[in-house]
Amino acid sequence: MAGPVESELEGGLNAIASKMGAGATGIADLRRMTAGATQEVWRFELVAAETRTPLILRRAPGGTRVSDTAVGLETEAELILAADKVGVPVPAVPYVLQPGDGLGHGFIMGFVEGETLGGRIARGDAFAAIRPKLARQCGEILARLHTLDPDAFPRLRRSTPRELVEQYRQTYRASGWPRPVFDLTFRWLDEHCPPDPTVMKLVHGDFRNGNLMIGPDDGVRAVLDWEIAHVGDPMEDLGWLCTACWRFGALDRPVGGFGDREDLWDGYEAAGGVPVDRAHALFWEVFGSMRWGVMCASMTAAFRGADPSVERGVIARRSSENEIDLLRLIAS
Amino acid sequence: MQDRPTPSEVIGAVAAFLKTTVAAQTAGATSFQARVAANALEMMKRELDLSPAEDAAERDRLKALLGMDGSLFDLNAELSRRIAAGEIETSSPALIDHLWATTMAKLAVDQPTYASYRAELARRAPQED
Repeated sequence: MAGPVESELEGGLNAIASKMGAGATGIADLRRMTAGATQEVWRFELVAAETRTPLILRRAPGGTRVSDTAVGLETEAELILAADKVGVPVPAVPYVLQPGDGLGHGFIMGFVEGETLGGRIARGDAFAAIRPKLARQCGEILARLHTLDPDAFPRLRRSTPRELVEQYRQTYRASGWPRPVFDLTFRWLDEHCPPDPTVMKLVHGDFRNGNLMIGPDDGVRAVLDWEIAHVGDPMEDLGWLCTACWRFGALDRPVGGFGDREDLWDGYEAAGGVPVDRAHALFWEVFGSMRWGVMCASMTAAFRGADPSVERGVIARRSSENEIDLLRLIAS
Repeated sequence: MQDRPTPSEVIGAVAAFLKTTVAAQTAGATSFQARVAANALEMMKRELDLSPAEDAAERDRLKALLGMDGSLFDLNAELSRRIAAGEIETSSPALIDHLWATTMAKLAVDQPTYASYRAELARRAPQED
């Protein structure tokens, strides 16, 4: 049964249906997919005389609120459109919500068939044939992604590696809970931090197994979730994809639980990316485990505040997974 | 003295009820959340069962490492401070051994099925001849 939010949203989407596709007369089958803390995702079908096209709506809760770190949904839509032009696989964006639509901030994107669940991609039989090709494919996609012009997105956050280390150190310290493994890690990161990049690139920021729509025959069909894109060291994206928390149990395949680092790096370099320095790549892998560990640890405050769900509480207790991964990297 | 059954035993029974009855007889989000809740209670049961011995061992290690006494929280805060301030050699075997022992104890409670933890357990197991 449709609640008041659904009814209002359905009415609003019906009113703008003709702007989402030529000949469209309305929408049908509106369903909520997730209710994230920062964004809502809805699925629906765009109805025309002869066709029904599945589409996705991403919008901020209540239509207005956007979190501090997210780039904002209009910018996310612009990033997806720009990424498409440089050959990064992304969903189509047929329409960006306008103030007059009365639906708040958000955009409509095409529905891409495939799998995002990391465990299935890393271990499922259906993906056994494509798995060995994914790391190289990701490298090629990242090389193209890093050709996006940062100057076209002047509002994106700009951070050097050292500034990012400092940002997460402050988040960790603000938690008020001692984790000596993190202190050891910050010492290591201070000692191994690469110099400020001579050329800052537009970085996706969350390019990893889980945010990639994968097909069992053709591999990466779409790069999703552009909400924490920023300008920085392009190696950050390569390191994050190799971070242990995205291996979903497949430890012997460090790239997202599906491939080898060499394939990722070869693909990146072959498609025009800057040559990958091994030590530089390792820095971002260590940074990645620290980053996810600090993010998990900060869930305690969310659990005690805005979101007292069991799920939120147990994510906070996953911080220790990153502590063991950090020790394996820097103290083995 | 409180009577039996113990908190650990009762929490274990509630976890089993959530998993075998509630999760099995519901669907969708409710079934999923019942399983998450059962897993959370099993984690708390492991903490009740394991932490008295592990906390005592951790505190003994910290006292030896730092040359001082205090609560487990205070000793950890002091170790954090010394590492961050560069007052302790980060390659010291005593420090590294302590951090490994403490982290393995955390994982035994938090995520005993985590692949990295299983790999380290296997690496540490005595070799059979």
